[in-house]
Amino acid sequence: MYSEKVMDHFQNPRNVGEINGASGVGTVGNAKCGDIMRIYLDIDENQVIRDVKFKTFGCGAAVATSSMATEMVKGKSVKEALSVTNKAVMEALDGLPPVKVHCSLLAEEAIHAALWDYAEKNQLKIEGLEKPKSDISESEEEEDY
Amino acid sequence: MEQQLIYLDNAATTKVNPKVLEAMLPYFSEKFGNPSAVYGFASANKQAITEAREHIAEVLGAKTEEIYFTAGGSESDNWALKAAAEAYGSKGKHIITTKIEHHAILHTCEYLESRGFEITYLDVDESGVVDMEQLKEAIRPDTILISVMFANNEIGTIEPIAEIGKLTKEEGILFHTDAVQAFGHVPIKVDEMGIDMLSASGHKLNGPKGIGFLYIRKGVKIRSFVHGGAQERKRRAGTENVPGIIGIGAAAKLCAETMEERSAREKKLRDHLIDRVMKEIPYTRLNGHRVSRLPNNANFSFQFVEGESLLIMLDMAGICASSGSACTSGSLDPSHVLLAIGLPHEIAHGSLRLTLGEDTTLEQIDYVVDKLKEIVEKLRSMSPLYEDFINKGSEVAQAD
Repeated sequence: MYSEKVMDHFQNPRNVGEINGASGVGTVGNAKCGDIMRIYLDIDENQVIRDVKFKTFGCGAAVATSSMATEMVKGKSVKEALSVTNKAVMEALDGLPPVKVHCSLLAEEAIHAALWDYAEKNQLKIEGLEKPKSDISESEEEEDY
Repeated sequence: MEQQLIYLDNAATTKVNPKVLEAMLPYFSEKFGNPSAVYGFASANKQAITEAREHIAEVLGAKTEEIYFTAGGSESDNWALKAAAEAYGSKGKHIITTKIEHHAILHTCEYLESRGFEITYLDVDESGVVDMEQLKEAIRPDTILISVMFANNEIGTIEPIAEIGKLTKEEGILFHTDAVQAFGHVPIKVDEMGIDMLSASGHKLNGPKGIGFLYIRKGVKIRSFVHGGAQERKRRAGTENVPGIIGIGAAAKLCAETMEERSAREKKLRDHLIDRVMKEIPYTRLNGHRVSRLPNNANFSFQFVEGESLLIMLDMAGICASSGSACTSGSLDPSHVLLAIGLPHEIAHGSLRLTLGEDTTLEQIDYVVDKLKEIVEKLRSMSPLYEDFINKGSEVAQAD
């Protein structure tokens, strides 16, 4: 069902945990649908993501996409992190089964939510960053069956 | 190190018992003749089929000619409901069933709704037991059929079948029960329990897949489901699945002989499993009825944990199990059974079903509980829901 990379990231998830006093925290998803993702970002004064941690309640794909997404934004600038799309996360994992595509969207959304929190705390405007929807699962419901 | 496989998904399917397999084997390449043929080589198979039918009838306290072989539980359920609706549709268009039936019943009911029938789906209480008062109130003059499962496939709860049977007899309504999980595992007597039709499947009782039967009480006027030859008293055409029929007959006989001892053994192991899990893993709930449940079924919900993750990690430890999580069903909603017993979505997503079999050992159960403890702990350490719960707990503690 899952690629080797997905299984690897599920079994040995990278960057699990919390960051005390994080620069930005984003939580997205919906327990009703069985997926909640939380991303913590530690961003330095040059707007570089120094550290990133995650916590996820969800299926194997949800854990693996969280793990991969954190790896992909770590050490990147805020601007670069914004360009990490769900497609990129999926490709890095060698693909996901069709019913699990929403998990990768959740990962992208969680990063954006954490960046939005960071921008708000610091009264910054990050170009290309939109206020995240708190629950992306609803828009996915129909095609996800 | 070679990992031992621990199979705790016997509600999904079971291993064919070696004795059952042995009984079946001659019917593939030696005694392969068509039972409808005239020559002795083949017509002996007719006798073998009759014997298999007798074994099953004996287990149920039914007459031999009341057992009709089908391709399995789903076909039996489809046949019972659709044919009863067709046969009694002129009398009324109302059918009563429950919210926790197998999809073979629920989706057939949806189909019948599209054909102009009205279906009442009964609620169940928090342990999954049908509300008898609600059932009585649901009965109308145009109610033609009541279908309530004998035991639930997910949470193992056994329904008050004899009580329902008694009521349907008083009311003169046809009573069908889906006994796919129960047949061969708990005692069933169709006369004492007032059952008019009963579905069962071979592969849930250490018999083969692709074979099942529908018990139809003599006098129930339901018609043929498959038209063609004269097999199964013209009610279900098609050359008989002889090895399958021999298999389900042998399995039924074996199950009846070993039921008492097997159930006692499974119950003991299952209770050990439940006791250890409930004692050693916090924030856990047992789903289903504590007493009135299948001897081999345990179903838990682990708070803050999602079921598919749990299953993958158990699989990596060599343990086969199943879950009512949405992710394992291909939809966004968790199991309709877990929602019907009142579980919130996030708790239903964290459910785990472990169903024991005749080969399950105490060592295996202990290994599974040990692994489960580790896995639940690991998944909780990654769960934002658990994090929030713990933080909230410490806030409360500070406020105190």
